[in-house]
Amino acid sequence: MKARQLRNHLTGYVFISPFIIGFLAFTFIPICASLVLSFTDYNLFSPPRWAGLDNFQNLFSQDTKYWKSVRVTLTYVLFAVPLRLIFALLVAMLLNVPFRGIFVYRTLIYLPSIIGGSVAVAIMWRNLFGNEGIINLGLVFLGFDPVRWFGNPTAALWMLILLAVWQFGSSMLIFLAGLKNIPATYYEAASVDGAGPLRRFFRITLPLLSPVILFNLIMQTIAAFITFIPAYIITKGEGGPLDGTLLYPLYLFRKGFVFYHMGEASAMAWILLMVVALLTALLFATSRFWVYYESKGGS
Amino acid sequence: MLSKSARKSLLYHPLVTVFTILMLYPVIWLIMSSFKPSNLIFATADSLIPKPWIWDNYAIGWKGIGGYTFGTFIGNTFVIVALATVGAVFSSAFIAFGFARLQFFGRSFWFAVMMATLMLPFEVVMVPQYILFSQLGWINTILPIVVPAWFGQAFFIFLIMQFIRTIPTELDEAAIIDGCGRFQLFARIILPLTMPALATATIFSFYWRWEDLLGPLLYLNRPKQYTVSLALKMFLDNETISNWGAMFAMSVVSLVPVVVVFFLAQKYIVEGISTSGLKA
Repeated sequence: MKARQLRNHLTGYVFISPFIIGFLAFTFIPICASLVLSFTDYNLFSPPRWAGLDNFQNLFSQDTKYWKSVRVTLTYVLFAVPLRLIFALLVAMLLNVPFRGIFVYRTLIYLPSIIGGSVAVAIMWRNLFGNEGIINLGLVFLGFDPVRWFGNPTAALWMLILLAVWQFGSSMLIFLAGLKNIPATYYEAASVDGAGPLRRFFRITLPLLSPVILFNLIMQTIAAFITFIPAYIITKGEGGPLDGTLLYPLYLFRKGFVFYHMGEASAMAWILLMVVALLTALLFATSRFWVYYESKGGS
Repeated sequence: MLSKSARKSLLYHPLVTVFTILMLYPVIWLIMSSFKPSNLIFATADSLIPKPWIWDNYAIGWKGIGGYTFGTFIGNTFVIVALATVGAVFSSAFIAFGFARLQFFGRSFWFAVMMATLMLPFEVVMVPQYILFSQLGWINTILPIVVPAWFGQAFFIFLIMQFIRTIPTELDEAAIIDGCGRFQLFARIILPLTMPALATATIFSFYWRWEDLLGPLLYLNRPKQYTVSLALKMFLDNETISNWGAMFAMSVVSLVPVVVVFFLAQKYIVEGISTSGLKA
C-alpha cells in the first residue's frame, strides 16, 4: 500500500518535472545569480568584481537618468492603466447587447490589440504622430494647434499612453465575459424599484464586476511596467526626447546591452521585481475593501 | 411604427460602426499608405486612396537587408514560431495534467510557484539568462529562444488546467479501472479532449513568438538569422534613406499572418482570454 502511494507521488512529479527543471534553470537560478551580480561590477568580458552597494548607490544618487526613468514609468503606468481599463469597460458595455451580428464588431474592435505589440504597429504609430502625420492633420482640422509629438517629452510619453489605450482589447473581452455573467434579473428588479441607469451601473455592474476589475488591474499594471517594444521602436531605442519616453525596461536594456553595465542592470531588475511584487501584494490587500464576492457565505 | 428594440438597433449600429472604423483607421491608413509612392505618403496623409496605386514598395521592401530577402526573415520566424509553439503547448499540457489530476506531496507549493512565474517580468531574468546562454555558447543560435519553451509556459499550463478541470473525473476513474496507467490516461483520454484549449494555447504562442522582438534582438545578430520583427527594426534604423513606402509595405507583410490567423481562429482567442481571466 505504501509503495503504491509513493508511486502516485512520483508520477505527479514526473508530470510536473519539466516545469520544475525549467523553473530552476531559466528562472530561479538566474534570479539568484542576478541578485549576486547586482553587488558586482561586471561588463560581460572580464570576470565580475565585488562592488558592494555601489550599483544601488550609483543608481539612487549619481545617475540622474535613473530617477527620470522611474518618474516616466510611474507617469506612464498611472495614466495608461486606468485609461485603458475605463475605455475597455465602456466598450465592453457598448458591446454587451443582444443584437445580432455583435460578434463582427467585437472581432474588428479586438483586431488592433492582437497586432498591437508588434514592431509594425509601433512603426505605424510613430508615423501617425509625425509632424505631418494624420493626428496633427486631425488636430488642425478640429481647430487646435498641431503638436510636436517628438519634440516635447510630455507629448512623446502621451503618444505611448495613447498606444496603450488603443490596445484595450484583452481587458475588454474579459470585462465582456464578466458582464455576461451578471443575471439580467438584477437589472430588471432594480428598474422596477426605480433605479436609473447610473444607479444601476454603480450599484449592480461595478460591484459584481469587481473581481474581474481586480484581475485586469493587476495584469495590466504588470504589463504596463514591462512595456518595451513601443518605447524602443517609437523613439528608436533612445528613450528621447530628453529621456521623456525612457521607460524602465528600456533603460534596463540600455544599461545591460548598450553600455554593458550588467551589475547595474541586475540591480535595476531586482528593484523592478520588488516594486512589481509589492504593488501586486498591495492591490490584493486593498481588494478586501472594494472587491465584492457574491458567494461570500460559501467561501 | 417601429418597436422599441428596432429603434434602438437603428441608433446602435451606425454608432458602433463609426466607432469600429475609428479604431481600425490607423491600420487602414498603414495598408493604404503602403501603396503610395514614398514621397507622397505624408503629402497625401489625409486621403486614404493611393493615387497612383503602386506595388513598387513591396518589390523594394522584399529585397530586405544585408543581401537577405524578407522571404528569409519570414522563414526564420516560422522556424522559431513552430519549434517554440510545439514545445510550449505539448509540455504545458503534460504539466497541466499533473497539476489538475494527480495528488502528490507539495502540489500546492509548486502550483503557487507556477502562478508566481505567470506574473514575473521577463526583464528580471533577461540579464542572467543572457549570461547563462552566452556561457553555453548559444549566442547567434535560436536555442535561447526555443529551448526554454519546451519546459512549459505558465499561462498555457493554467489555461489547459482550467480546461481539464471541466472534464468529469468519472472518466479517469473508469479508465483506471479498465487498467489504464496515468500516462495512457493522459495521452489517450485527456489530451484529445483538451484540443480546444491546446488550440487556444497554440494561437497565443504563435502571436507572442511572431511579434517577439526582445529575444531575437538579444540573441540573433547576423542578418541571415533575422526574424521579421528584427528586420523591421533594422529597416527603421536605416530610415535616413526615408524609404517609408518600403517600410510600410513590409510592416503590412509582417501583419498578414497575424491577421489571417486571427480571423480563422477568433473563437478560440476570445474564449481563451475570457476563461483564463475569469475562472481564476
